[in-house]
Amino acid sequence: MPITEQEIRFLEEKAKKIRKDIIDITGWSGGAHIGGAMSMVEMLTLLYFKVARLDPSQPEAPERDRIVVSKGHGGVGYAATLADKGYFEFDLLKDFNKFKSPFGMHLDANKVRGVDVSTGSLGHGLPMAVGLALGARVQKQDWKTYCILGDGECNEGSVWEAAMAAGHFKTTNLITFVDRNRLMIDGQTEEVMSLEPFADKWRAFGFDVREVDGHSFGHLTEAIDAALAATDKPVLIIANTIKGKGVDFMENDVRWHYGGLDSDLIARAKDSVERMAGHD
Amino acid sequence: MSEGLTWTVYDADTMTQAEIYGEVLCQLGEQHPEIVALSADMANSTKIGRFGKKFPERFFNVGIAEQNLFGVAAGLAKSGLTPVVSTMAAFTAMRACEQVRTDICYQNLNCKIIATHGGSSFGQAGTTHHCTEDLSIMRSFANMTVIVPADGIETANAVRAAIDWPGPVYIRIGRGFEPPFYENEDYGFAIGKSVELHPGTDVTLICCGIAVLQAVEAAKFLQANDDLSVRVINMHTIKPIDEAAILSAVTDTRRLITFEDHNVHGGLGSAVADVIAASGKGCAFEKVGIPDCFCEVGYPEDLYSHYKLDTDGIVEKVREVMGRDFEEDDDWEDEV
Repeated sequence: MPITEQEIRFLEEKAKKIRKDIIDITGWSGGAHIGGAMSMVEMLTLLYFKVARLDPSQPEAPERDRIVVSKGHGGVGYAATLADKGYFEFDLLKDFNKFKSPFGMHLDANKVRGVDVSTGSLGHGLPMAVGLALGARVQKQDWKTYCILGDGECNEGSVWEAAMAAGHFKTTNLITFVDRNRLMIDGQTEEVMSLEPFADKWRAFGFDVREVDGHSFGHLTEAIDAALAATDKPVLIIANTIKGKGVDFMENDVRWHYGGLDSDLIARAKDSVERMAGHD
Repeated sequence: MSEGLTWTVYDADTMTQAEIYGEVLCQLGEQHPEIVALSADMANSTKIGRFGKKFPERFFNVGIAEQNLFGVAAGLAKSGLTPVVSTMAAFTAMRACEQVRTDICYQNLNCKIIATHGGSSFGQAGTTHHCTEDLSIMRSFANMTVIVPADGIETANAVRAAIDWPGPVYIRIGRGFEPPFYENEDYGFAIGKSVELHPGTDVTLICCGIAVLQAVEAAKFLQANDDLSVRVINMHTIKPIDEAAILSAVTDTRRLITFEDHNVHGGLGSAVADVIAASGKGCAFEKVGIPDCFCEVGYPEDLYSHYKLDTDGIVEKVREVMGRDFEEDDDWEDEV
């Protein structure tokens, strides 16, 4: 499904709105994983507002596409996207992290409308996504499963167990992204535990790998289109991104893996997002 | 309850516990198109491969990768199917502990787990393949139901019942060479409802798994030789536990012993102790099992003998508890 210039402009505005919402929720909650939420905004925006077949009025519809946010700590970005899509009222997110709130920082599928799979513990999402893909195959359904991994998450052995299975079972109805922002809590991925040659690793496990600018709706759409057309190997999209994307004082700064925002920082962050330029 | 062929002692004499459940799953698979099965290079050892031969498109062998095994099962359950997963207890409860807890129990998924080689049933393999911790681990997971069948026929009953039971179920069986106890399936198996196998008023033996058969033999022996009236309860469901049966035993017999092929901490004995303690009633009580150590190596029958889980050991333990000084004050009925 090719993307038009008009759609790209719409999605860019949507992404800006979601980034500002993430900033607000981070302010209300006292702290959130804002850096990694900002880096995957384009992926979530594209999936929820263009690619995935879903209807927020019927979140349990059997024929819907499934989205697994394996990097569950990105919950603040995931929640902002779901609210914007209409799964629930944005104001409910004022309780994010609070006592008895349905919204912990890692979203619970049994409590939050629109969440397909509970995640948070790293390395769990891709195995479940493979299971969903196999489940669609067994039931001869054509819905797709989309999964977003963090790059640091790919240190987990269970990611590679699942990768081996996806390659073996040729789950071409599974489209997997890695949010390659190159940072994890303790520093740069290549310093903490090197992932490179990252694309080759995925290829060796049976994937067709596409590397794209993870903030470009055009490039992401092309990669997804290729993945949806795949018949032989599942596609892995390495989305090269910037942690903290859109907020100048957070970008590529490991200290913003997790943090809180006061009113001054909220204003500065939103101002920075407003000035964001689009990616080709 | 699902309809299907039932099993008798004639089958149990010629088929192992695992073989029977493999056949039961094949029957259930015909009636329930939503059942899918998974294993981790244990299709033959666990007998779940029989389902795979019959329904190849509904069976997934994920290789030696237990974390992925339970994650994939969770995904299949999320897609609307009913996964039945089987691999060794040690690799279910420990290697994939977090996947069972977080992917399956936290999401309260309709996933049925048949953990084989439980306890010391693969004794000769050594500690890496023993699993005397699983009941403790599994009963601590919210939403999880925990069943330890006494033999192959009860395993058949448990698997059928689990398919109709909502949410995750952990069924723990042995390696498959355990002797049969039941003669047929018609004894009213129900999850959460224990079965009294021998009446008694002097002492109650609460058992699960391989200890059930041995305890009934011990009860008969003690009746004949010591004139003791020994109640034997098959507590096949560890969670939710049959509190009423435990409290009746406390009131009626005042002396209770639990027998299980598991560490004495956290399993059947601890579950029974919780109920007794909460009742406020005093009684003589002992937990028999693996005494908080890593189990010795050996053939299961030698280990069961060593850990007082065979008939002789159970007789010895009952005599010990009967000889224990225990104040049975007259107004006990009024306490708490």
